[in-house]
Amino acid sequence: MTEPVPRRTGGPSPARGMAPYGQGGGSSANLADILERVLDKGVVIAGDIQINLLDIELLTIKLRLLVASVDKAKEMGIDWWEHDPSLSSRAPRRPERGVGAGDGGHSPSLAEENERLRAEIEELRAARQPEIEREAAEPHAEGGDGR
Amino acid sequence: MNAYDDAYDAHDDAYAAPDTGRLSYAYAVGRATPELEIALGPATGMDGAPLRTVAAHGLAAVVCDVPEAAYGERALRARLEDLGELEELARAHHSVVESLARGATVLPLRLATVYLDDVRVAAMLRDAGPELAALLGRLEGRVEWGVKVYADPSAAASPSAGTTRPDTPDAPAPEAPAESPGRAYLRQRRAQRTARDEAHRTAQEAVRRALAAAAEYAEDRVTHRPQQGELATGSGQNLANEAFLVARDRSEEFRAAVEEADRGLPGVRIEVTGPWAPYSFATPVRDPAPVREDAVREPADAAGGREEDSRAR
Repeated sequence: MTEPVPRRTGGPSPARGMAPYGQGGGSSANLADILERVLDKGVVIAGDIQINLLDIELLTIKLRLLVASVDKAKEMGIDWWEHDPSLSSRAPRRPERGVGAGDGGHSPSLAEENERLRAEIEELRAARQPEIEREAAEPHAEGGDGR
Repeated sequence: MNAYDDAYDAHDDAYAAPDTGRLSYAYAVGRATPELEIALGPATGMDGAPLRTVAAHGLAAVVCDVPEAAYGERALRARLEDLGELEELARAHHSVVESLARGATVLPLRLATVYLDDVRVAAMLRDAGPELAALLGRLEGRVEWGVKVYADPSAAASPSAGTTRPDTPDAPAPEAPAESPGRAYLRQRRAQRTARDEAHRTAQEAVRRALAAAAEYAEDRVTHRPQQGELATGSGQNLANEAFLVARDRSEEFRAAVEEADRGLPGVRIEVTGPWAPYSFATPVRDPAPVREDAVREPADAAGGREEDSRAR
């Protein structure tokens, strides 16, 4: 038997992802939605504990390897947001500089930054290797994005 | 308001000892008002630590004590690198921000903004005060809504999108059984490709409509990356992931209008999340002419127009 085709009437469906205040959006909200906000957004201001911005940016990039596989989207021909100036103005992200004092430093040279990023990505890949193998062994793993 | 400051400055001294093994973790900044105090309510910070405010110059940071052993530089870095620990930190941070945002206008600080003590927090408020106050003014009474548009080609590939045909025994079978396997394969591939293209066109139409609908109500917009990794839980392909700044009292209209945008578009799903604390808009306005301008003036179909341009390229 084939599964019934879900009815698509265009009307509001009960499965919409709404998390109104008071309904515990905090605890139930999707992790990707939370991470993209707490890591990538919010006021960037220098703290005393120097988890410096560059490190946070690197971390975010690593996360993006997990969260957003942009290449996969491009493979599928979905890349219009990259050409739309209104959508991509933030795409080649620069670390936002702190509002406060303290974060005076400018970014290191691009080459240097690239070097670091490459190293980080390698590290991440290596770290993910056992996970990937585990996933491959599991039946529900959908894989397929060539990582 | 200075009385307020003084009260907290005096209060601060109790926390200002530099080598107690405790640090001050800051979640958000708001105006030093009774509303903010009330919004602290029963919420607790990291590891159940009580929240408190540190006030200076009319602003107040919401902080809690955290042990240096777990939030010092090295420890924190290591924890941020671990997805499990990161999730815990992120959710704890977010839940405080969210409960504050329910009762007051606050600027969420980025995850892991940690100070040696409350004196240092107050110093930060003094240094960044004017900019923080300006941001607070801009975000007063406004909330953030997330809008994600998903394409689900498999849903659109159904033979008759929009109508369900549970049983049509006498419908002519579209495939002639005599067809060679090679032809059948090619045809199937073509059909799949067509369905996929169609789904993406339809989804882009939904994106255009959603952006246009949102522009009617939103004062500002920030584009997030589409979510496509293993943390992306929505089914289908996330094509657009946008955040909008909306006046709190227009939220319902906003949500209703945006959710309408996928009406009659098969294989498309629009997910609206919120209200969020204004994370995506708590960034300094460096430009005297903020992004807001074009969001407000933009005619309903301008977003679509730009997109056309870009695809034509």
